[in-house]
Amino acid sequence: MSADVKLESVWIRFGDFIAARDVNLHIKGGEFFTILGPSGCGKTTLLRAVSGFLTPSEGSVLIGGENMAGIGPNRRPTALIFQNLALFPLMTIWENITFSLEVKGVRKAQRKKRADELLELIALPGQGEKMVSELSGGQKQRVAIARALCAQPEVLLLDEPLSALDLKLRQHMRTELRSIQQRVGITFIYITHDQGEALTMSDHVAVMREGIIEQVSDGTTIYDEPDTAFVASFVGENNRFAGKVTNVTDSFAQVSTPEGLIRARCSKSPESKVKTGDDVYVFVRPESLRFVSGRLVDNQMKASVYHEEFEGNMWQVFLDISSTRKRVKMSYVNDGSIRSHSGEKDLPVGFSSEAAIVLPQGPLAAE
Amino acid sequence: MSFSNYWRAFFQKNGATLALFLIIAVGTWLFMMIILPQLFMLDFSIRANVPPPKFGTEEHYYTLEHYKYMIFGSALSTDSFNIIDVTVFFRTIGAAIFVTLIDVALCYPIAYYLAHSATGGWSRLMVLSLIVPFWINEILRAFAFKIIFGSTGVINNFLVSIGILDQPYDFIRNDIALWAGLSYAFILLMIFPIYNAIESLDKNQIEAARDLGAPWWKIHWRVVVPHAKPGISSGCTMVFMLTAGALAAPQILGGPSSLWFTQIIYQGFNQAGNWARGSAYAIILLVSCIVLVLVMMKIAKVKFGEMMK
Repeated sequence: MSADVKLESVWIRFGDFIAARDVNLHIKGGEFFTILGPSGCGKTTLLRAVSGFLTPSEGSVLIGGENMAGIGPNRRPTALIFQNLALFPLMTIWENITFSLEVKGVRKAQRKKRADELLELIALPGQGEKMVSELSGGQKQRVAIARALCAQPEVLLLDEPLSALDLKLRQHMRTELRSIQQRVGITFIYITHDQGEALTMSDHVAVMREGIIEQVSDGTTIYDEPDTAFVASFVGENNRFAGKVTNVTDSFAQVSTPEGLIRARCSKSPESKVKTGDDVYVFVRPESLRFVSGRLVDNQMKASVYHEEFEGNMWQVFLDISSTRKRVKMSYVNDGSIRSHSGEKDLPVGFSSEAAIVLPQGPLAAE
Repeated sequence: MSFSNYWRAFFQKNGATLALFLIIAVGTWLFMMIILPQLFMLDFSIRANVPPPKFGTEEHYYTLEHYKYMIFGSALSTDSFNIIDVTVFFRTIGAAIFVTLIDVALCYPIAYYLAHSATGGWSRLMVLSLIVPFWINEILRAFAFKIIFGSTGVINNFLVSIGILDQPYDFIRNDIALWAGLSYAFILLMIFPIYNAIESLDKNQIEAARDLGAPWWKIHWRVVVPHAKPGISSGCTMVFMLTAGALAAPQILGGPSSLWFTQIIYQGFNQAGNWARGSAYAIILLVSCIVLVLVMMKIAKVKFGEMMK
């Protein structure tokens, strides 16, 4: 069973501080939905409003179409996985996993049976009698998931549960979480500040900034078609050129920047439409920047290499634009044909206008 | 690590002056203030009762007569057991257990509130209002309880005036004043160990239990109490020991017919001039209390090391 979750005009205030401003979200039943944002943007607060630990100042939370006002966390069809997991250290693994059944008064034999099934699901068979402290980080992680699933929630809420793990394990758990979600088929709402997690696991991602939902879309759209300057600067790396629009056609704009005239694609979002005279940013991904040899691209400038990193599969090249000393980053795949450019001066670099996007100026993500 | 290595490390870590001070201070305290007096007490308790000039003479022989007296009474008595002393002993232990339970019931919610719900100024005010009354000395507090529980005290006056009682109830004769006084006397020794234990509990665990559907009592029973168990045991041990050994409160608040075991010990030393019997009774109380506490710790599966945290 999976339920959809709706947030309708949700405001959450703590005194003068506003943690959520007029949040409207519709999370469909059975999808993996991620709320992505920098720390302090209000994403955990929003999750607590869904789980019932917090009552919104205004607006309503609906789960499976039912208004959750006045219903406590112990009576909602949600289960929360805490950032620090919050496993019970004085109980054995199987007691931890079946705590929700113990609460309901299910008999011990039946609980043990259910624990065995769930231990099977999380690939920890026969470990039920161990104590929490005897498990590794990744195993604890899986026990926390099993404990939450044992309550048979319709919506599973996850509050940055992977942040305490090391990189390798984190990447492994991403795949694991996604496959568990697909197996059990319930709605997952996942909170993270890690865009890698958001993009790899989610059906849909909501990007949040200071209590506002900036954009909700699938991962590729978030990355390729950011609606706002914040999303463009927060998700993935982006080179940014500030300037003024001098000319707009249907889908392209010409922007005058200190680095010269840049032609770039306009955003499809009606709220991010620009007109002549607007102050805008042009965003270009490092992987869209190229060394230009002979053939012409729309946007060209001269730049010097001041630093270079070889990552095996990728080259990361840090450039100084010759006219303004502005620093930009370029990255390209190592296909074996490219040598180092270290220390070279005034090389022609460029990018196509399809690969650059014009967005109205607005708040940016912290560097 | 061998013993001598341990001492070398201790000296290196603290420096010679501090290390020497710590050893002398703790050693003196342990030996002079605790072990030596108890050894003398033990010695007194197993010798005949003679005046000090005859100490060391043949008349000051070793005997277990005082321990026998506690159980079987005087040889001249017709009873087969020393009913009075044995009854008082068990009643004292029972009452001390009862007072300890009352204190747990009172202090656990307060400690939980202080540790997890109270914020800033309000919690400081609460701690202050718990501590300040203990600036008043024990005897005065006991007399104050005697006054409010008296037949014309505030409580009786109030209950009579609103019609719950027809005539004043004798709280003192029925030991209620005594239980109240004793419960209050050591309340801080119960609150603070429990508070310390609960405070170290991760709040997320409480929320996790709630999220998994647990009602409040289940959260306490399965999550908070197991975590706080060492603190609860530590508080119970102190309150039980001190209540069983209390003298002032039973003296002042006790009803005319209810004797506290410490009062019998006191009589042995001060009124009967029988230090030997007083010592024997004191040893009996001490050993019984220690045994009881150890048994309870065994039952509750608490280890000494945990209680020191």
